[in-house]
Amino acid sequence: MIALLIVLGIIVVLGAAIVGVYNGLVRLRNQVKEAWAQVDVQLKRRFDLIPNLMETVKGYMHHERETLESVTQARAAVAGAGAGSLGDRAQAEGALGMALGRLFAVAESYPDLKASTNFLALQEELTSTENKIGFARQYYNQSVMTFNNKVEMFPSNIVAGIFNFAKSEFFELKEPEQREAPKVKFD
Amino acid sequence: MFEAIAANRRKSAFLVVLMAVLLAALGYALGELYGKHGGPVGVAIAAVVWLVLTLVAYAQGDQIFLSMSGARKIGPQDLPVLWNVVEEMTLAAGLPRMPSVYVIDDPAPNAFATGRSPETASVAVTAGLLKRLDRDELQGVIAHELGHIKNRDILLMLFAGVLMGAIVLLADVGLRSWLWGGGRSRRSSNDGGGAQIIFVVLAIVLMILAPLMAQLVYFAVSRRREYLADASSAVFTRYPEGLARALEKIAAAPPSSLRGVSRATAPMYIVNPLAAAAKQSNAAALTATHPPVAERIRILRSMSGASLADYDAMYNRVTGKGSVVPKASLADDPHAGAGLRIQGAQWREGQAAAPTAATAAPAAPAAPARARARSVDDFFYGQDGWGRLTCQCGAVLKVPPQLHGVRLRCPRCRTEHQVR
Repeated sequence: MIALLIVLGIIVVLGAAIVGVYNGLVRLRNQVKEAWAQVDVQLKRRFDLIPNLMETVKGYMHHERETLESVTQARAAVAGAGAGSLGDRAQAEGALGMALGRLFAVAESYPDLKASTNFLALQEELTSTENKIGFARQYYNQSVMTFNNKVEMFPSNIVAGIFNFAKSEFFELKEPEQREAPKVKFD
Repeated sequence: MFEAIAANRRKSAFLVVLMAVLLAALGYALGELYGKHGGPVGVAIAAVVWLVLTLVAYAQGDQIFLSMSGARKIGPQDLPVLWNVVEEMTLAAGLPRMPSVYVIDDPAPNAFATGRSPETASVAVTAGLLKRLDRDELQGVIAHELGHIKNRDILLMLFAGVLMGAIVLLADVGLRSWLWGGGRSRRSSNDGGGAQIIFVVLAIVLMILAPLMAQLVYFAVSRRREYLADASSAVFTRYPEGLARALEKIAAAPPSSLRGVSRATAPMYIVNPLAAAAKQSNAAALTATHPPVAERIRILRSMSGASLADYDAMYNRVTGKGSVVPKASLADDPHAGAGLRIQGAQWREGQAAAPTAATAAPAAPAAPARARARSVDDFFYGQDGWGRLTCQCGAVLKVPPQLHGVRLRCPRCRTEHQVR
């Protein structure tokens, strides 16, 4: 009788522990999902702001066709990579961020453009969106690390194995190629 | 972060219990002073006072506090930079909802966070702060405030403030009415023995000491919260220098008190809003609501990384005291070894060592301080109903709200304008 009670007690304690670990894993997985949603929202926002920006700068930057085209192309690549893997998407988004960075760097040498309130508002908007992507990514990667640690570490990895919790992927904006050194012309 | 919050909850619970015991003892002593077996009645009265205050504070505390300080709610279009910075830090902190944003028309630079949960929180900043700080510095301050929200400091300070308020109120009422001849022991000196006299003395001592003790506990906790929020700010922004520079600028501002601030609400602000506290001696350190600003700056400046562990190590070195970040959260610090943001928007993260040049869109060219101050002024003038007249020479005239049907001359080009 006593032995039976002890066995029963062990089963109850073990069951409670498993439930606790399982719920913890679900909470972390949802946190990862939620964090990803935030990154996604900001990436979309940047994507949507670009046509406005192009419309504004077009009139001023006549001699920067190359820079403008690289932004348009990078944006198109992002649209194409939307369905691909996280890695593909990260590469496309990284390229877009760089193209935008170049555009704003070039814009520095157009005083008329910098005096336009429309451009300044768009610049603040895009800079902030760029920051938000960075901060949302920071929080996402942090959530992924906490979740992955739980999935891999003993003893929670046992529960994770039983219920098929898979590790999540980090989101790193990769640098597609080494950035070219800025060309300086003297004439 | 979760462990820091859990440790915070335990400490908060302990603090609230400690103050509650103090309140009950005070109620008991007061009751005994007025009737032979009045102790329980006294405790009951104390409980009712506390309950009412707590309910009011829980339901309306943040709104009362905000309106007391003269804060106004703003939208995304009013002050876009401030709004964006709050949004950015909300993402960095992973808060479930962006806090409401308030501004206070006051030249003294300061900021606070309030609310009972991350879902209902608000942040408020003064006009003086917005005018003085650039984007990076503002980010540091907002991250500090969101750190208070994330660490659940706002609810703790709300509860602790209410308990302290109840203790001060009861002690004050009790002491005054006793001094003016209300107590039972005054009227009939023959119904008690030596024990009664001891009790009376004890009650008086308690009435004098309880408010002081409550304040000491409250302020001690408040100082710890400030260090922790500084650490959170460094973790969120990866750029402790921003907050350090902001604190420097705030400390350099001429001391002036904010409107609607009392000893009870002072711990809510990023630096002490009471002018008298600006020049505090070491003897006053016990009753200080905030740690010395110079010390906070030194800790932030000497951090080699941007993790909680880095902050803790520097806290130890600068103050010579043990540790300020709860042990449990150090053990599970996802940022251990996290690098600092190098410049602009570039930084490095713990596991992912590859520098992310992808976030290379340069930070908006630091808006010249004058343009920034002007945009802040314009917003407050607009809020107060001032009109704007743009002259053909480019000058902008601000028209007081009561001024109608007059002709104004542009000070620059002498053109006359009709004010409607």
